Amino acid sequence: METEVKLTKLASCAGCGAKVGAGTLVKLLEGFKSHTDPRLIVGFDKSDDASVYLLDDNTALVQTTDFFPPIVDDPYLFGQIAATNAISDVYAMGGEPKLALNLMCVSDQMDKKTVQEILRGGYDKAYEAGVIITGGHTINGAEPIYGLAVSGFVHPQKVLTNSGARPGDVLILTKPLGVGVLTTSAKAGMVDKSVMDRIYAQMATLNKTARDIMVEYDVHSCTDVTGFALLGHSFEMAQGSNCTIHIEVEKIPYHKEAYELSEMGFIPAGAYRNREYAQAGVTVKGDIPRAMQDLLYDPQTSGGLLIALPAEQAEECLARMQEKIPQARIIGYVTEPVDNWICLE
Amino acid sequence: MKVIDARGLSCPEPVVLTSQAMASKEDAYQVLVDNNASKENVTRYAEHQGYKVAISEADGEYTLDITK
Repeated sequence: METEVKLTKLASCAGCGAKVGAGTLVKLLEGFKSHTDPRLIVGFDKSDDASVYLLDDNTALVQTTDFFPPIVDDPYLFGQIAATNAISDVYAMGGEPKLALNLMCVSDQMDKKTVQEILRGGYDKAYEAGVIITGGHTINGAEPIYGLAVSGFVHPQKVLTNSGARPGDVLILTKPLGVGVLTTSAKAGMVDKSVMDRIYAQMATLNKTARDIMVEYDVHSCTDVTGFALLGHSFEMAQGSNCTIHIEVEKIPYHKEAYELSEMGFIPAGAYRNREYAQAGVTVKGDIPRAMQDLLYDPQTSGGLLIALPAEQAEECLARMQEKIPQARIIGYVTEPVDNWICLE
Repeated sequence: MKVIDARGLSCPEPVVLTSQAMASKEDAYQVLVDNNASKENVTRYAEHQGYKVAISEADGEYTLDITK
């Protein structure tokens, strides 16, 4: 449904494009005193997707939160996308999400029905993921915001961090790129409704299927590709794993419509922040068009999983994924450190 | 020469204003922006339309001279 006040008009920036840049975050956390606990398996020291805390020999708690301003005018769809995006961090750790709390900011211009539809979208998507929303917290503010704090569980021996990639691994990406460019272009009225419907459906698709298949293989590392873009998240994975990630650009799945819009400069500001953060760690080999490089820095709202697993298992894992996620692709491979953290080939 | 003042605006508005102004297909335009993303995006748009772009910066503001 469309409401009278356009939700995206109430937001100064949309979706994961609103995320504070990775470079800025690193500076903000500089010198921050962090406490340790022997049961804390994953903390914030390696910029991972969620924290993981050991409960007993067979169970660890996974906790994460994510929220952002409206990326779409339909409040029900916005609720679904925000919930999908928040829950994804638990999947990226290899976990199963179970409980969630709403985080919400409502502005004076939103009517009761709009607020209810956002919440209903969140509840429905959470339920699809097997998650129960048990409450939350809502404040008044200038811009609408919605998201979730999500808790889940994972076996302590099966935690997938973004720093476990090993030489000999192959990388799978499960959703096509271009979401940031397309949502920015949509604000300028440059994209057909049928294309945007496809993009919204992609953003509202849980990474549950990809996670459920991936955990049956010896996956070494996983993260979800969101606000920091493919290259920002790959950069974190490469640094954390002390490996070089080679990205075979011609294999990357992306929305064709995003390419020309990228050539025309309909690129979100977040893409330039991502470039500033990661480009020193990226070596470009060969002639890769600027528009393609821009898509690699494009912030993805509710993007796919980036999975590193042994080469000998990758084809079978991908084939199983493609039965349900046809756009999943092998996009690169991992080696010992050479040249730079990331090589675009 | 047409001058497009897109200072204070965020993406995609500077590109939208530039594209509207450039519909007149003149030989030269000047665009004023005040952030890196707008500078880069307007440059991409103008180059995509077959123009050349010369950029100068002063006090965090950019002047883009767009010519055939």
